[in-house]
Order: sequence, then structure tokens, then C-alpha cells
Amino acid sequence: MAWWNRTKKNIEDQQQREIPDGLFLKCSGCGYIIYKRELEENLYTCPECSKHARIGSEEYIEILIDAGTWNETDDNMVSTDPLEFVDQHPYSVKLERAQKKTGLNDAIRIGTGSTNGIRIALAVMDFSFVGGSMGSVVGEKFTRAADLARKERMPFVAVTASGGARMMESAISLMQMAKTSVALSQLADARVPYITILTHPTTGGVTASFGMLGDITLAEPGALIGFAGPRVIEQTIKKRLPEGFQQSEFLQDHGFVDHIVHRKELKETLTRVLGLLPVPEVGK
Amino acid sequence: MAKYVLEFEKPIIELEEKIFEMRSMSDQLDIDDEIAVLEEKVERLRGNIYEQLTRWQRVQLARHPERPFTLDYIEMICDDFIELHGDRSFRDDPAIVGGPAQIDGIELVLIGHQKGHDTKENLKRNFGMPNPEGYRKALRLMSLAEKFRLPVVTLIDTPGAYPGIEAEERGQAEAIARNLIEMAGLKTPIVNIVIGEGASGGALGIGMGDRFYMMENTWYSVIAPESCSSILWRSWEYKEQAAEALRLTAWDILELGISDGIIREPVGGAHRDHEAAADEVKNQIVTSLRELKKLSHDELLDQRSARYRKIGVWGTA
Ligand SMILES: [Zn+2]
Repeated sequence: MAWWNRTKKNIEDQQQREIPDGLFLKCSGCGYIIYKRELEENLYTCPECSKHARIGSEEYIEILIDAGTWNETDDNMVSTDPLEFVDQHPYSVKLERAQKKTGLNDAIRIGTGSTNGIRIALAVMDFSFVGGSMGSVVGEKFTRAADLARKERMPFVAVTASGGARMMESAISLMQMAKTSVALSQLADARVPYITILTHPTTGGVTASFGMLGDITLAEPGALIGFAGPRVIEQTIKKRLPEGFQQSEFLQDHGFVDHIVHRKELKETLTRVLGLLPVPEVGK
Repeated sequence: MAKYVLEFEKPIIELEEKIFEMRSMSDQLDIDDEIAVLEEKVERLRGNIYEQLTRWQRVQLARHPERPFTLDYIEMICDDFIELHGDRSFRDDPAIVGGPAQIDGIELVLIGHQKGHDTKENLKRNFGMPNPEGYRKALRLMSLAEKFRLPVVTLIDTPGAYPGIEAEERGQAEAIARNLIEMAGLKTPIVNIVIGEGASGGALGIGMGDRFYMMENTWYSVIAPESCSSILWRSWEYKEQAAEALRLTAWDILELGISDGIIREPVGGAHRDHEAAADEVKNQIVTSLRELKKLSHDELLDQRSARYRKIGVWGTA
């Protein structure tokens, strides 16, 4: 489901002659029509209704990390299809396609960089790669980022976007929930802050492990956040779900999110949060 | 005689019933030879059927309503057990049971998913699908164990954590996540045994520890085969293929390096002989707890960390 649609019809009605195709976009939330460059400057949020469109890992790194300070690690790590999983298509083919389509090797990127001068370890998920699902690579890279944060005593920040565990790695993917929790348990023992930024959508095994384990939990407005997906719940209870169910605001009301932060304020809020949480020195 | 019979169990059960019937007549008739022939036949049949079960058939056995469930095992293997109720926050979740217990003279805290043997009990137990308060009760019991330096044993048997409106409102994901990080650092030995179904986060929510065993006819996976079929094949009809692809049997999980071993079941499955199944489970618990008792807290947590950190397969592009 695209949150921003190219407007062909609407534009045709109005000013088609002046504007080349695709430069205008229409908000699927309120119908507001926006110039593409203005949308980019607005970090892909609607100036009218604040709807946040989904963006990728590259954009989050740009938003959160000071220019020129990003140092990415393990970007060449790939899944090797340990179960030789085949459904209607082989998993190996799906991986190859996802790699071609996204230019990424898996659904998470990790590295270090500065946020307004504060050095952090950052893990950013990318929903465009097999639905941001967690398999061996996501688990291992997240764990490495958490370990680096612990060893070098820098705050660890995770941006989540995931449909859950990667089915095609079956029990191995389930075990990544345990593995990342082990890394976070040791990070907590070292009293190094761990901040999560939950984005649309964050569900399943990622929510039920490192997504919900932040010392401080931030979320973008209107993001779907939950354990079970809405379709599964509807099938189970045979009822329509209430409006706003499992959105960030719902989670905050029920006590599971500390702050809902507009994308344009994300970096400032993160900087303030990090400024208030002391990090022990190396060796302490 | 068995009330609930799976399709592939039928020829065996029929023969067994026939033998039973003939035995009751053997005082009057000289049919010992005929009985012996039939017994040999049923033995061969059992061998043929149970040695070549498909993964889907294992799933069916794991779900057999006459299998022993957590409270049945507790009844059979514990010298003493006191069930404790409630998460001290919201309510008592009957889909997870637990409390302090004694097995073979060893004090411990025992926790397990609880299914029902009939519809009425299943409604009470929510078919073994816990709500957040179930996981929070389990955490409360694990903390109790840590405080009194008692080991923890968990029996896993769930089709998954409950996907409902209230479960989401009360933070199903947070409840499971909290248990994972707490189990990762719990300063007391933990032994996990899959006694039936081990589905996804709902199983893992009480399923991390220092030893992990699966009974012979159980499954463990990130998703149930039916759900996997509905998502990846876009139809509920491919559950057999999904079960194969998911590699979810006790042998698969052992081969993947996730479990420490397989607990044998009586021929035909745990539901055919509860006591025999319980003996095997008890032996494994006692053996594991004696092994783990020798480790210091630091050794225990280091080994637990290494155990999960090593799971995963990747390469470089
Ligand atoms: Zn809008």
C-alpha cells in the first residue's frame, strides 16, 4: 500500500501542461498535492496531515547522522539460504531479486556515526528488503552493532521496520530473537543506553524482541506496531479492528511507547535523549 | 482404547482392537497362533508407519489431544508441586501454569504452557495460547527461582501467543521481549523441553535457557505450517509442503544445532503411554539439572550467551 501516489488524473485536470509527469504527488491520507522536491525537503511527511510515508535505511541514516561521519560495517553480509527453502519460488531467488531491487544485501544496515556530535552505534532496518524480515543476517548484524556499542561505550540506536521473522529461515530466524536479546542483556549490564525508533510497520518477532527492549522507546506518528499483524487478528477474532488499533498513538496510550516524534524532530529529540543518559567510560 | 485416532494410526489401532477382542475369547477357543500372527503383523506395521512419518504427520502427533500436557507431566513426575497463580498486575492466565516443585529430591520451579484435553478445558486454557499476563506470570516465577537459587524447567506446548485485541492492548510483544532479555541473564539454570507444539515467539517466550530438548513427536518453528502455507503459498492447502520446507521436527532442530537432543517417546507416541513418556521426560530433567548444577553463575551465563550467539548462517557477497 503506497502512502504517496503519483497523481496523473488530478494533475491532468489542473496544470498538466506546465508540469512533467511524476513531479507532483498526492497524499493518500488527506489528498493534499505536493511538489516532489517539497516532499523530500519535508522528509516524506505530509505538510497538511503529517502522514509519514515509508522511507528506506539510506534516508534514516541521512536524517540521524551528521554528514560525513557515517561508517558502515558488514554491508557485504548475505544470507546463504541454510534450509534451501522453497515455497512457490526458491528463497535464494527471492534474495537475489531483493538484492537487485534494493541495492542492499539484507534488511538491516549497521555502523557508527555522530548525531549532533554524539558518537553512536546505529542499526537501521529496511522494509523494502523481504519486508524487513529478520533472519540470520539481521540477527548477526544487530548483535555486532550492540556488541560494538558495549565495547566502545557508545549509545546504541535502532530504527525498526519489519514484518517479523524471516519464515524461510524457520527456527534459525526464531533464534535471532534470542540471540539479539542476549546481546541487549549484556549491553544493559554494561549500562550503555539503548534507544529504539519504531517506524511503520514494526510487527512480529522484531517487536517481540529488540523492538520492545529500548531504555527509551520513540515512534513515528501513525506507525503500525504490534505482535500479531492486523489480518491475523481479524481472522482469529472474526471482527473488524477498531480505528487506530496498533498505531503508535494506541501504543503510547497503552503504555508501550515513550514518545511519538515527528520525523522532522527525530534527530533533535534523539540528541536530547542521549544528552540526558550518561554512558560509562570504557572499562567501567 | 483410544478415542481420537489420526488417519495414519487407524490400521494399527484396528489391528490392536482385533487382538484385544481375540484375547478375550482365547479361554474358550484355541486361537493363540492366530493372535501371535496378528501381533507380529501389528509390530511390522508400527515399524513401517512410525519410522517413516512425514513432517506433517509429526505435527499431527504433536497436536494429539490425548498427549500428556504440562499438568499431566507434573502429576506424573513431581514429588510435590504447588501451582502459583497470577502475574500480580492483571490476572491469572490459565494458558501458562507454574510453581515450585520437587522432582527426584531436587527443588525447582516448573513452568509450562497448558492446553485442554476437551473443548471445555480448551476454552478455559485458550488452547494453550497465552496472553501477555501468562508471560508476565512466567517471568514472576523465574524471578522467584532466581531469588531462591532454584533451577527452572519449562515445558513448551503452544500453537502460538494469542493474537487478540486485548493481547495487543496489554503488550504481547513487550511481554515476550521482556522474558527473552530476562531469560538471557537469569542467574539460575534453565532447561526447556518441547512436549508438543513449539510455535514461534509464543514458545520462545518461556523457551530460552541452558539446555533445550524436544520430544520425538513434537515440532518447533517460527510459524505453524498452515500459516506459512497461507502466507507463502497464498492458500491453506500447502501445509504438508510448508511442514517439509520449515524443517520443524525434533531431528531437524537437532541437526540445525538448536537443540541438545531428542527425548524418546513410547512407540506410537506419548499419547499411547503417558507413564512411559513421563519417565523419559523426568530422566532428562534430572540429568540436565545435575549437569548444570556444577556450573558457576558466570560459566552458566557465558555458555548461555555462546549457545545463542552461534546460531545463524551467513556468507559474504
Ligand atoms: Zn496528508
